[in-house]
Amino acid sequence: MKKLLISFAASAAVLFSMTAAASAADKHKICFIYVGSKTDGGWTQAHDLGRQQLEKALGDKVETSYLENIPEGPDAERAIERMARSGCELVFTTSFGFMDATVKVASKFPKVKFEHATGYKTAPNLATYNSRFYEGRYIQGQIAAKMSTKGVAGYIASFPIPEVVMGINSFILGAQSVNPDFKLKVVWANTWFDPGKEADAAKALIDQGVDILTQHTDTTAPMQVAAERGIKAFGQASDMIAAGPKTQLTAIVDTWGAYYIKRVNALIDGTWKSEGMWDGLKDGILTMAPYTNMPDDVKAMAEATEAKIKSGELHPFTGPVKKQDGTEWLKAGEKSEDGPLLGMNFYVAGVDDKLPQ
Amino acid sequence: MIIEAILLTIITAATPLVISALGELVTERAGVLNLGVEGMMVMGAVSAFAATAITGSPYVGVVAGIVVGALFSLLFGFLTLTLVANQVATGLALTILGLGVSGMLGESFVGQPGIKLPQINIPLLADIPFLGPLLFKQDLIFYLSIALVIGVNWFLFKSRAGLKLRAVGDSHASAHALGIGVIRLRYLAVMFGGACAGLAGAQLSLIYTPQWTENMTAGRGWIALALVVFASWRPWRVLAGGYLFGAVTIGQLHAQALGVGIPSQFLSALPYAATVVVLVLISHNRRMTLINTPASLGKAFVPDR
Repeated sequence: MKKLLISFAASAAVLFSMTAAASAADKHKICFIYVGSKTDGGWTQAHDLGRQQLEKALGDKVETSYLENIPEGPDAERAIERMARSGCELVFTTSFGFMDATVKVASKFPKVKFEHATGYKTAPNLATYNSRFYEGRYIQGQIAAKMSTKGVAGYIASFPIPEVVMGINSFILGAQSVNPDFKLKVVWANTWFDPGKEADAAKALIDQGVDILTQHTDTTAPMQVAAERGIKAFGQASDMIAAGPKTQLTAIVDTWGAYYIKRVNALIDGTWKSEGMWDGLKDGILTMAPYTNMPDDVKAMAEATEAKIKSGELHPFTGPVKKQDGTEWLKAGEKSEDGPLLGMNFYVAGVDDKLPQ
Repeated sequence: MIIEAILLTIITAATPLVISALGELVTERAGVLNLGVEGMMVMGAVSAFAATAITGSPYVGVVAGIVVGALFSLLFGFLTLTLVANQVATGLALTILGLGVSGMLGESFVGQPGIKLPQINIPLLADIPFLGPLLFKQDLIFYLSIALVIGVNWFLFKSRAGLKLRAVGDSHASAHALGIGVIRLRYLAVMFGGACAGLAGAQLSLIYTPQWTENMTAGRGWIALALVVFASWRPWRVLAGGYLFGAVTIGQLHAQALGVGIPSQFLSALPYAATVVVLVLISHNRRMTLINTPASLGKAFVPDR
């Protein structure tokens, strides 16, 4: 009985809080599902900033509501369905792990429109949107290779999904473009949001000798550990300079606001169509936080690379690139198509880790 | 030295689990099942951070964490002991309430740089090679955690008051017949549990990751609850279980950083599996387990007069 109670308790431990603005009849209701807390200082905060910009831009025409701290899995489906039932016209589900749940709910509610961030499954009423984070990671890799004295960086990863693997590969390719022998240690936290665990992962990597830290998890805890240990680090999703004023080199900053405004306007005009958006630095959906705590020549290099990526002159995934097992992936001069990137399930050479399958 | 660095990280990871599990152990030994550990812990975390940010002293923060944890548990006590509400449902509600209220209270503290609880070096002992930095160059909350294990063990099994508390947990009707104030003792036990959970929360926001992030307990309260059961309500086993869990958690991160090539999903599940297996093995004596299990756990008590 006791154990039963505990397991019941654990399954009921799924918590969410809902906030909704006062409802009005002629307003378009736009809803968001967040995987973390809207004040996480990272990924979810960036989405919530986008939501606030949407409210500001469209004023009385829209009403937004959101559910935060929704775990990926069966609970997500319930949360999304609750949104769809509550009169939302457009639901943004903002984490990769919501993909199958979004597809399921979208097929049940053909009149409601859905947009899923970073996924690859679409339907007539389900669009996807994504940002070319890997462009920023390539720049980070170059900076890391310049700034590291030990030639090895640490990477705190969340889940082995294509988006994360793509980021790791882009980082190491950027680093190798500066220092061909650069190495990367990867630790999978198997969570998007757990400050303690992210800090533990950061400590483990630093104890094993990395002197640059980068993360693909959502809180500022790794940045804080890096600051405490006196090494440099990169922020993720939001500018994390407050957590490490003397630590952050730059951060990939997600700026979803313009996209949300564009899509909701399309919904209001009746021109909304299901599509797969994948923009990057040049479109402004992804920006780099100021290049700080680095010498001027490194900063100049980073800025030059950023400009080249924006102009299309440089594609991070340009051959020759070998896979980790030594086989050739891209021939010299060959640029990767989007397809292989979106389904990426292998490491390129130089990553000191075995990819979890 | 990497071994020392690893051990230090393990201590930081295990301390909040040990403290909150000890508090819950005392509560459950008095026959009350409070599933609100996660909620009380997160309330402790936010209060400790806020009090530290406002006063500038992390020690005020520690006290605030303890006090708020205890006060928050009083709400549970009032509902389940005085109003005789269902303990399971009330505990769950306490967790949900705690996560919500802490998010609201903490909103203005998000992103603020935290102040870390200072290290206290114990003279002479701190100079012992290897062990010194691990055990005697620690912070207040670590020392408290060890004192709590020793103190709770002594209290439960060596003191008269502890005997009464266990009597209340085993058979509230008999204890009542003997003239023991069942409800009063249970209130105290619940508050002790809340104070410990609050202290564990303070450790999270003042030492583990000196910052406030909504939901930052990330399930540690539930792990503490499970630890109590698998440790069959024995303080030293709670200590062993907490440290084992911490050790495997940190060990698997290091194994990954070394690139051992074991799937990370398996490694991430390992702390849970290893802790359950080991604690079940050391608690395998069925008769002893039955003796240790508070027989009145989770049952409401209404004095018949």
